[in-house]
Amino acid sequence: MSRILATAQTEFLIALRNRWVTIAVAMMVVFSLVLAAAGSAPSGALGADRLSVTVASLTSLSVYLVPLVALLMSFDGIAGEVERGTLPLVLTYPVSRAELILGKLLAHLGVLSVAVAAGYGSAAVAAVATDADALAGLPALWRLMWTAVLLGAAFLCLGYALSGLSRRPSGAAGLAIGLWLVMIVLYDLGLLAAVVADDGGWFTTELFPWLLVLNPADAFRLFNLAASEATAAAAGIGGAAGAIPPVQALVSLVVWPLAALLASVLIFRKVTP
Amino acid sequence: MTQSLTLSRLTKSYQDTKALHDVTLSVGAGERVALLGHNGAGKSTLMKIVLGLIPYDSGEVRVLGARPGSAAARAGVAYLPENVAFHPALTGLEQIRHYLRLRGEPAQLAPDLLARVGLADAGKRRIGTYSKGMRQRVGLAQALIGRPRLLVLDEPTSGLDPVSRRDFYTLLDDLAADGASILLSSHALTEVEARTDRLVILSGGRLVTQGSLTDLRRQAALPVALHVVPREGQGARLAEALPQGRMNGTGVYLDCAPDAKLATLSRITALGGIVADIDVIPPSLEDIYSHFSRRDGQ
Repeated sequence: MSRILATAQTEFLIALRNRWVTIAVAMMVVFSLVLAAAGSAPSGALGADRLSVTVASLTSLSVYLVPLVALLMSFDGIAGEVERGTLPLVLTYPVSRAELILGKLLAHLGVLSVAVAAGYGSAAVAAVATDADALAGLPALWRLMWTAVLLGAAFLCLGYALSGLSRRPSGAAGLAIGLWLVMIVLYDLGLLAAVVADDGGWFTTELFPWLLVLNPADAFRLFNLAASEATAAAAGIGGAAGAIPPVQALVSLVVWPLAALLASVLIFRKVTP
Repeated sequence: MTQSLTLSRLTKSYQDTKALHDVTLSVGAGERVALLGHNGAGKSTLMKIVLGLIPYDSGEVRVLGARPGSAAARAGVAYLPENVAFHPALTGLEQIRHYLRLRGEPAQLAPDLLARVGLADAGKRRIGTYSKGMRQRVGLAQALIGRPRLLVLDEPTSGLDPVSRRDFYTLLDDLAADGASILLSSHALTEVEARTDRLVILSGGRLVTQGSLTDLRRQAALPVALHVVPREGQGARLAEALPQGRMNGTGVYLDCAPDAKLATLSRITALGGIVADIDVIPPSLEDIYSHFSRRDGQ
């Protein structure tokens, strides 16, 4: 445990020096505040409090932003050490490869949590400042925060796995962007196209909800929108939220980080320095 | 004497090239062993196998009585890689504190360690601003953590100036006196400066020879060069008396086998008045090294 903490401490210091903390926090705060301002328009018509509406908008934002920030922080995790030549030395220390990855994960998860808390927090402050009823949306905001951290953990571990597979930072960066594009953008577009082509058939009613749960980003969206009272405020895919119990989406959000962590450790064990 | 490291009939191939072939070697407690060889002779491969970083094909390796790379072996072994690298964003102190924590040692020992390698003043600067020699010292400082029982140092003196090199060997002397075994590698005999107990020469993945410098000198049996200076105006007579030598501007050069050295010297001194001076030039360290590393290279 002390070795994991030692690695985490040093990695956090590196993230601080490399400005990753600043970049992640600034990105989350700016986007959250923009959404908080833009999301204020429909609240009167929907009858929901402002914070709940903001949470619905933040959910859509986080689906894109949290995996991106996570992958950007993690793609260098193993490949960077191989390229800098720092890996052979650290592997001769009495520390296991799983402990090294856990240390990195802890540090990067810390950075991500700070960014998420700062971003959502500032949006919440903006909402509460203009609407006294907004406090009713706090449970939804809290849920959004911890599920965002789970989503981030999944993509951090996926990033380490890609980093171990490519062994060069440039290759790992390419793989990470590719993964983000496929899992976050193309996956939904593909499902949308299939639903349109299927026109309400077996695919739409039986398979489609499961395909949504299978992707951690969609599971994150489903869980937050299904549990939120402001479902109506969310457009598009939120309509499917009614078809799946939130528990299954939550299971997907918990299993993904664990499975990705296991995969990254197994891949890291195969890396010869 | 207890052995810190034993290799027996160690063999390792990369695809179709043999990196190490039947290498048998042991290092005792408190012994300083230098591993010599050209680039590609197998020095780094041997070290990485000892550290458990890469697997080997056949033979047996015991590190501090344990399997290489096992928890017991890693706890007692320190490593200084060739061209050691660190994260450029960290300072020297932060990096050493990190390594101390990984070994379960108190982090406040870091300033002492940096002072031991002469980096007390640079500890608060980022490693990205360090010179190669300074990085090498940080590498050395981390290898001193926690009184290791075996130090594996891959070309530790590269990038160090002659004064730092001497300081480095003094540090090694102290460690060895405490009972630590040291296995270090080098390109050339002159680099190890006879500050090690035993020299091991690798060539093309084979162990060519090992022993002290005196042993190697005797084994090589390279000819000794003699330079005989004649008295004023006696050059021609001296050349006549020593027909096997080559005359140059200052005197006569001649080679003789090491066991014929004394006989040749007494013959020259018997020449009496025509000889002004004699220089005996033993084969240089480089001559001995190339004798061994070339012999098996082909």
